[in-house]
Amino acid sequence: MATRQTASLARLMRAPAIVLLLIWMLVPLGMTLYYSFLNYNLLNPTNTSWAGWFNYQYFYTDPAFWESIWNTLVLTLGVLFITVAGGILIAMLIDKPIFGQGIVRILVISPFFVMPPVAALIWKNMIMHPSYGVFADIAKFFGAAPIDWFAQFPLFSIIVIVAWQWLPFATLILLTSLQSLDGEQMEAAEMDGAPALSRFIYLTLPHMARAITVVILIQTIFLLGVYAEILVTTNGGPGFASTNLTYLIYRAARLNFDIGGAAAGGIIAVVLANIVAIFLMRAVGKNLD
Amino acid sequence: MGQITLEGVAKRFGEVEVIPPLDLTIEDGEFVVFVGPSGCGKSTLLRLIAGLEDVSDGRILIDGTDATDASPARRGLAMVFQSYALYPHMSVRKNIAFPMKMAGLPQDEQSRRIEAAAKALNLTDYLDRRPGQLSGGQRQRVAIGRAIVREPSAFLFDEPLSNLDAALRVGMRLEISELHNRLKTTMIYVTHDQVEAMTMADKIVVLQAGRIEQVGSPLDLYNRPRNAFVAGFIGSPRMNLFSGAVAAEYGAETVGVRPEHISVSAEGGKWKGRIGVSEHLGSDTFLYVEETGLAETITVRSDGEVSLRHGDTVWLTPNEDKIHRFDRNGDRIA
Repeated sequence: MATRQTASLARLMRAPAIVLLLIWMLVPLGMTLYYSFLNYNLLNPTNTSWAGWFNYQYFYTDPAFWESIWNTLVLTLGVLFITVAGGILIAMLIDKPIFGQGIVRILVISPFFVMPPVAALIWKNMIMHPSYGVFADIAKFFGAAPIDWFAQFPLFSIIVIVAWQWLPFATLILLTSLQSLDGEQMEAAEMDGAPALSRFIYLTLPHMARAITVVILIQTIFLLGVYAEILVTTNGGPGFASTNLTYLIYRAARLNFDIGGAAAGGIIAVVLANIVAIFLMRAVGKNLD
Repeated sequence: MGQITLEGVAKRFGEVEVIPPLDLTIEDGEFVVFVGPSGCGKSTLLRLIAGLEDVSDGRILIDGTDATDASPARRGLAMVFQSYALYPHMSVRKNIAFPMKMAGLPQDEQSRRIEAAAKALNLTDYLDRRPGQLSGGQRQRVAIGRAIVREPSAFLFDEPLSNLDAALRVGMRLEISELHNRLKTTMIYVTHDQVEAMTMADKIVVLQAGRIEQVGSPLDLYNRPRNAFVAGFIGSPRMNLFSGAVAAEYGAETVGVRPEHISVSAEGGKWKGRIGVSEHLGSDTFLYVEETGLAETITVRSDGEVSLRHGDTVWLTPNEDKIHRFDRNGDRIA
């Protein structure tokens, strides 16, 4: 009896939070859905009418649509690959006791504290710039022609910037996982005749599987929505070479003032994100239980 | 073959000398137990032999060849860790197979050895489980299985029974002894429990602060402890040690009498005292006698049928032939 009362009381107590979260999620989603079926342009806001599926058809037939989806995938997978592989390497390096370990760890983590537009601007103006950038200086030192990164390799440049920002996160999560690896297991494997590479493959990697899963899941959520780095560097160009889905929606809403079209793009993005989420949970989610 | 010789082996961590240079020979097929209080360097010594720590000085010979700088894998020794150190994401079968896989043994040979080890250790039904699904005793057996299949020249055990409950510990103690009788392979076993040392060892090495206090068979150590430390460490309950007037009476700085070598009487005897606590175990009775004026308490082992209780006045008489005498440095006299 007492437990049933406690249970219903608990349900009552947590109801406000759940209701708030529901409103928080349902209202924007509902409004986006609603707008996506309207002819609604900010240049002419009074002339609003029912559009049916037109906005979806318009967004879907946009020549940039498939390119932006491809770019989103390349960007997400590229950054995931660099951060997970790089994160494992750096985590294993700074797990070793070295002089100035505390400072080294703070330095490794610090890029995470720089906000995305600032990081992108630093990369754009100080590192990748064809005349002032560090890369240009290095190229000139070796007598090579400097590369105009954002013109020649726009998507790759953005992948590098975003990966630089997310590498600390991956490193941190993987480092904590690495630190919980039992030393006696490693010694046992050493006695069993396993060389360093085998110990890494058979012990370290399986031990880190769960942390790697967490890194992939969390990063994917954020990487599908990369936007600021594109805005301040390439503006999605040249052409649509560095436009991802998020940026395409931004173009519709803020450059074409087409609220209806942008809302339709948003709903497509939500559907795609959920498809990716289902695949991810299937593929790596089993590591989480 | 598994003869291990330590020549002047020493270990220092920075300025701290954990193990001063020591010499020790472990004969092929021997069951040697390193025993001592915690922090005495017994585990470090085992890790030096295993190659998990580098020696600061001296040489380690395995079957006559210098293995001082050989990697742990090259020494042909197998180790069972206190935490078992099983690989958690591998099944029992894969755990046992791991050292053979690393050595590149053919598949059918691997299966043959796994089956044999599983049969010997009662693990056949658990081969496809993961370590997390096993009890402590089963995990311990998997760890031993992983060591056996390598067919090492010697087994190293680092406090393997410390994480088991009392009943299992006695069982595993027997199993390890039986394993040694069957395989006749050299075994080095580290423990802080002198009962394990006494029951299992062919040869006990008593360590204190990295120094070897005495090497000998269990009964050697029991009957003729070389110094007061060994006398107090070996034997349960502990030997009674007296100094002062009683010791002077026997011409020594310290004298010791084991609890089983003191007879107790309600009528008369040498030393008078009062019983503080009496522990009735059925087979034996341990009496803790106070107010003797010789030591805080004197432990006496008596037979199970003694009817003495707390508060009774008793007389104690030591067996004169069984008194151990030690000089000022704690070394045995004669």
